[in-house]
Formats: sequence, C-alpha cells, structure tokens
Amino acid sequence: MPETGKIVDEVRDPWYRRWAGLPGEWKRRYRGLDDRQRFQVGVVIRALVVIGLIFIGWPLALLVAVLFAVPYALAYVPKPWNRFNKFVIPTIVLVIAVTYPFVYSGAGVRLEGRTLNLLGAYPTLGTMVIMGVYAMMAVGLNIVVGYAGLLDLGYVAFYAMGSYTAAWFASIQFAHRNIHFGAVGVGPNTPGIHISIWILLLLAGIFTAIIGVLIGLPTLRLRGDYLAIVTLGFGEILPQVARNGDNLGGFNLTNGPNGITPIDPPGFGNLNFLTGSGTFWTTERLYFWGVLVLVIITVFCSLRLRDSRLGRAWIAIREDETAAAAMGIPLMRTKTWAYATGAFFGGVAGAYFASFKQATFPGDFSFNISAFILSMVILGGMGNVWGVVLGASFLAFLNQQGLADIGHSFNNTFGTSLDVPKYQFGIYGIIIVATMLLRPEGLIPSARRKAEFHEGVADTPLYDVQA
Amino acid sequence: MATEASRQPVSWFRGFYAAGVVPWVGRGLVVLLFIWLGVNLSKTPGDFGILLVEGVTLGLVYGLVALGYSLVYGILELINFAHGDVFMLGSWMSLYIGVQKLGLDASSSGFKVVWGLALTLVCAMAFCGLLNASIERVAYRPLRNAPRLAPLITAIGMSFILQDVGLKQLGSAPVSLPNILPTGTVFTIGGNKYGWDHLIVGLSALPVLALLVWLVQRTRQGRGMRATAQDQEAAAMMGINVNGTIWFTFMIAGALAGVAGLLYALYSTNIAYDQGFTLGLIAFTSAVLGGIGNLPGAVLGAILIGLIQQFNEGLSWHAPGSDWTQSIVFAILILILVFRPEGLLGERTPEGG
Repeated sequence: MPETGKIVDEVRDPWYRRWAGLPGEWKRRYRGLDDRQRFQVGVVIRALVVIGLIFIGWPLALLVAVLFAVPYALAYVPKPWNRFNKFVIPTIVLVIAVTYPFVYSGAGVRLEGRTLNLLGAYPTLGTMVIMGVYAMMAVGLNIVVGYAGLLDLGYVAFYAMGSYTAAWFASIQFAHRNIHFGAVGVGPNTPGIHISIWILLLLAGIFTAIIGVLIGLPTLRLRGDYLAIVTLGFGEILPQVARNGDNLGGFNLTNGPNGITPIDPPGFGNLNFLTGSGTFWTTERLYFWGVLVLVIITVFCSLRLRDSRLGRAWIAIREDETAAAAMGIPLMRTKTWAYATGAFFGGVAGAYFASFKQATFPGDFSFNISAFILSMVILGGMGNVWGVVLGASFLAFLNQQGLADIGHSFNNTFGTSLDVPKYQFGIYGIIIVATMLLRPEGLIPSARRKAEFHEGVADTPLYDVQA
Repeated sequence: MATEASRQPVSWFRGFYAAGVVPWVGRGLVVLLFIWLGVNLSKTPGDFGILLVEGVTLGLVYGLVALGYSLVYGILELINFAHGDVFMLGSWMSLYIGVQKLGLDASSSGFKVVWGLALTLVCAMAFCGLLNASIERVAYRPLRNAPRLAPLITAIGMSFILQDVGLKQLGSAPVSLPNILPTGTVFTIGGNKYGWDHLIVGLSALPVLALLVWLVQRTRQGRGMRATAQDQEAAAMMGINVNGTIWFTFMIAGALAGVAGLLYALYSTNIAYDQGFTLGLIAFTSAVLGGIGNLPGAVLGAILIGLIQQFNEGLSWHAPGSDWTQSIVFAILILILVFRPEGLLGERTPEGG
C-alpha cells in the first residue's frame, strides 16, 4: 500500500529526459541574455573552439583564430574605411587557398608529411581538387535547397549530365566523327570529338541547365516533399540510362558500365594540365588552381544572385509561397530558374571532375552522392554560401582521406578492426540527423534561415487546413 | 501554400492545361499500356498467366511496405524515408532469429517450420515496430514544429544510419536463406510452375491486411488515428493523445515492415543491406499510385506495381527487361504525380497532391 496523503508539488523528470532537455535549456537561457552578454558568450565559445583546435593542430587553430579575431578587429575600423570590411575575410581565405600548394609542399611551413591529431594528414592537392569540385556542387545545390527551399534529392543527375557532356565531346567515344577544336594534348588524327574543356564546361552547364528546366517544368508544381521524391526518381533514372546506354536502339551513347575513358585534360596552348610543365606548374597544382577559379566564380555568382531580384524572389518563396505569389512573384518561373541555376553549377562541376578523373562511370552517380552533397549543405548552413563551402570542404576531406585516418587512429586506440570508410554514409547520416536536431541552421548560419528554423513556421502546419 | 497561384504553370505551359491536353496524354499512355499487355497476352498466354499470379504475390509483399508509408504519411504528412530500411532490418531480424537462432532450413519438419516462423514473425514485428517508433521519438518528434522539409531530411539521415547497421550485420554481399517453405508446385500455367512458397507468402499477407483494416476501422485506437490524421488540433481537443497516437502509428507501420521483411526473405530467399532503399522506393511509388494516405489504395497500387515489374521482366514482346525496372517504376511515379497527383483512389487536395 503506497503512502497516501502526500502532496507532490514537483515531479522530477527521469535522468534521460533531463539530459535531453539540456540543449533546449541552454538555448532558452541564451535567448534571455542581452546583446552584451551574448557578445561575451560568443567570445568564450570561440576561444574554446580555438583551444580545442590547438589539440588537433596549431596551423588550423591559428587560421581559425585569425578568422574569429578579424570581425572583432574590424569593428574598430573608422568610418570611411569600413566599407572594405566585407572583403577582408574573403581575401584572407582566398590568399590561403591560392598559396596552399606552396604551403603544402614548399620550403617554408611544409604541411606535407605532418599530421593533424585525430584528422590525420593535411589534405593533399588531389584531395583539394575534389574538395573544390564538391564545394561547387554544394554551392549549386544551395541555390535550390538553401535559397529557394526546394529539396532536390537527385542533384547527382546534374553532376552525371555534366560529366557525360565532357565525356562525349572530349574523348574517343564517337569515333566515327573527327572534330577537333582547341583540345590540348590530342593528336590531330585522334578519332572522336575533341573540344576544349573550357568550352565544354560552359556547354555542360548550359546543357545541364536545360535538363534541369525539363525536369522542373512538370514537377515544380508539386509540393516540397513530393518534389523531393520526384527529383530522387530522376536522380535514379539518369544513371540507369547511363548504365544501359551502350545499346539504345543499337546506338552506343554512354558505353554502358565500362564508362567513357580517357577524357581529355584541360590546358592552355602548350600547357597541358595532365603532364604539367616543369617543377612549378605541376599537374596537381594546375588542376587545383583551375578548380579554385571555378569555385570563386561559383561563389561570386551565387552571392550576387542571392542579392539580385531573382534571389530575393527565391528567398521569398522559401519563406512563404502564398505571400510571395500574392506579391506578384511568378512561382513557376522563379522556381525553374532556381533549378536551372543550380543545375548549371552541378554540370560545370561534373564536367571538370570528369576531366580531372579522365573518366566517367555510371557507378559514380548513386543516390548516396546526392545525399552526400545535401549533407554538405545542411552541415554548413542552408542558404549561407560560406557555410556551404566549409561544409563541402570538410565532408569531402573526410570522404577522401580523413575518415580512413580517423579509422586508423580509432582502431589503434581501442584495439578494434572497424573499417570506418565502409560506414561513411552512416556517418554522414549521423551528421545530417545531429545537425537537424541540434543546430538546424548549420555551422555558419544565415540569419534569415536561422530565424525560420527557430521561430517555427506557423503558416505551414503539418496537417492541412482543407479549403 | 494552398493557393490557386501555386498551381499555375508558366504561361506557355498553361496553354496545355487549359486545352485539356494533359489528361488526354495520360489516357493515351494508359491505352498504349493495355495494347502492349493485350499483344503479349495473345502471343504468350502461358507466360502472361504465371506473371499475373506472381505479380499479385509480389504486389502483396510490396503492399505491406507501402501501407507503412501510407499510414505515416496519412497521419504526419511525412515521407518516412527510413521505412524501407526498417523493412530491410526486418529481413535481417528474420534471418537472425529464424535461421541463425532457431536453425530453420529446408530439412526442418513441418511442425518446427510453423512454430519457428510464428516466433520469427513475432520477433520481427516487435523489433521493427519498436525501431520505427523509437525513430519517431528521437528523430521526428523534436521537429514537429520545424519547417516541413526538416523531418524529411532527418528521415534521409536515419535511412543512411539504418542502412549501415544492416551493412554491419549482413555484410556488403547479399545473404541467401535456405528454402524454409516447401517449394513444390501448386499449379502450372502453360508449363510455368507456381510454387507453394510463393502461395504461402501471398496468402500470409491477407490476414495481416484484414487485421489492419479492422484496427483502423473498428477499434478506438484506430478512430484516434483517423481523427489525428484529419486534424491534429481538433483531435487533441477531443481528448486524443496525439503524440501517443502518432507513436502508435509508427509502431504499426514498423510491425507491417517486419511482416514484409520476413515474407520478402521467404519469397526471394536473398537479402541484402541495400534492399530497403530500392524496395522502399518501389513501395512508396505504390503508395502514391494508389493515393497516398489511402490504405486500400496502397495495396492496389502495390499489386499494380508488382504486376508491372513482373510483366516488364518476364514478357517477351517489347518488354524493356529487368535493366530498366527501376527506371520504369520511377517513370510511373513521375507520371502519376504529373497527371494524377491524388493517385487512383485518393481525393484531390487543394495542393494538388
């Protein structure tokens, strides 16, 4: 018989509920702070991040410390000069990126051979190229997902289209044709179509954008989650067409599962990216600087687009479709433009990647890649270009070499024999879920997106109010 | 979102809609499909007959998975992306309990097969039900008030996590099961055999479906589910525990995936860690084809998809073959969403599906 008559005025939650409630409690307390207190909390958190990074490696910690410190310093720049403030951090990042090949293998600091704790070796130049390609794709996907708020689960289709465009027009695939235009490192008698990769990048982008419009026209009328599934469908159909495309009514379009290889390298005149020139213009440096230029163009276009009339229309649609339509934004046209633009960058990235790998295989274009790029956008912060570039670089680095190194150190520490890279997509899954639950606005949030996630969206309830 | 304006296509495209071209294109496609089927029927009636029966059998298994999508979508308007992988883990659980723990194989006695499979079924249902419900608790409930795409993105993440759990347990190569069910022939159509194992799998799905209909239509809990699906706020005001009901719905959907996992393992005697992704998308297409949120529609759609898959892979006259199955299923999904977003049995919603 339990004790009766005792008034329990407070029911204590079980331990797991208290722990689960802790992040929410911190969030509530943070909201209660005034601006000055928030500033102080920000300083402390940044300092802790830098101290944490010192344990991973001092060059990384130094870099992050500089990036954290610069905004505080810039606040003291006097009036006529502070209009250049917004260029400071991009310039720092740009200088570091451009000089990375020298830092990596040069005479001075020389990162080659050093290792970061936990994360393993510094990214090699080859890894950096792939990080750049993924950054381009992620920035392109960010236009669709982050700006316009349309979930695209088939972005890999655009990557595939770009890759195959490069493969068709810069290889011996169509051997009965013999068209040469500006290709580097290809003899005049080589069969097939050989067009300069630089032209093909543009062509691939345009071609992919057209495909994006064709996919978009019938499907963009659909609601968000249906659109996601339909794009996923296209993302599955296109690789299957590529896989079965060695005999489309007797015509060999894609060379089937064997893929198309080799694809011509990019180059200028006598400077062939594949062979390099001397000790300075090595292959990897050339490809790296090439992708860097493309990333800069992509980021620039993306930033300018965001502030344009079109970009503002995208954001308006994302925030409230009904209100946007009422304000006279043509929904279909605006969404289709988002699709086409996102597809364009995906196509360019795909073409460059194909030229870098010198091959394209249908097996490269699985749904996993779409979700991988999506997790870059989510981790970095939907809608924020810099966040997306950071997320893409980090995840592509993990994918290329980080996870293997982390796996080694994990196995050495705990005496296990877990093949960590085998489970990489599960790890990306954990990253996606953790980001959505704990910090849905991503690592570097865009202020608008953050507000959307935290205020909740009152006008799109989960249940339908039937009209 | 639900405005007239959001349904308007761009101007030149609008002309097609206004002229009523689109429905006629849809009808034309259906007519072509029937012509193709008719020609095949007249050329190889035996193949056609067996594929019909096999297609219905396969469709019933798909239907169990499709119902899971439909149930969850009906109540939460969420495409539970992880559902296919819950189904895959159901297959794994069946393998683990039935084959590895109980030692069922082709030589087991009839009595052992019956109680062994019953025990396996209970374990798989309980495991998948609890798994699905805990996913809801951990990954979807905190995002109840977030923008609509947030839980969908989380679901994709969960799907990857579950897939890697399957990868850890099953390995990257497909695992084959022994023929637990009798493989004798029930009947032959034009020289093609229809085995007992397929018949048993197909028939086992039926009582599960009947049970589900009874649960949703006749019980108090089912009424709560329907009320929550219609209007969460009003349901809450009527004293329904909305969160509990959603949890229960995920539980039921998971249990269905468990049944499907076992039946699929028995049907194909081959399970792989990535079967959940492919089959999940097929099942989702079925649910959309029948009208998502509509339970009989999900089963009807699944049977149709099962038939289409079997016809595509088995017929001889102008059939694209198994290389193209996935493309065809997705093309159907896209066509349905474009031409008839409410599905075969669904109601037209203001948002157009």
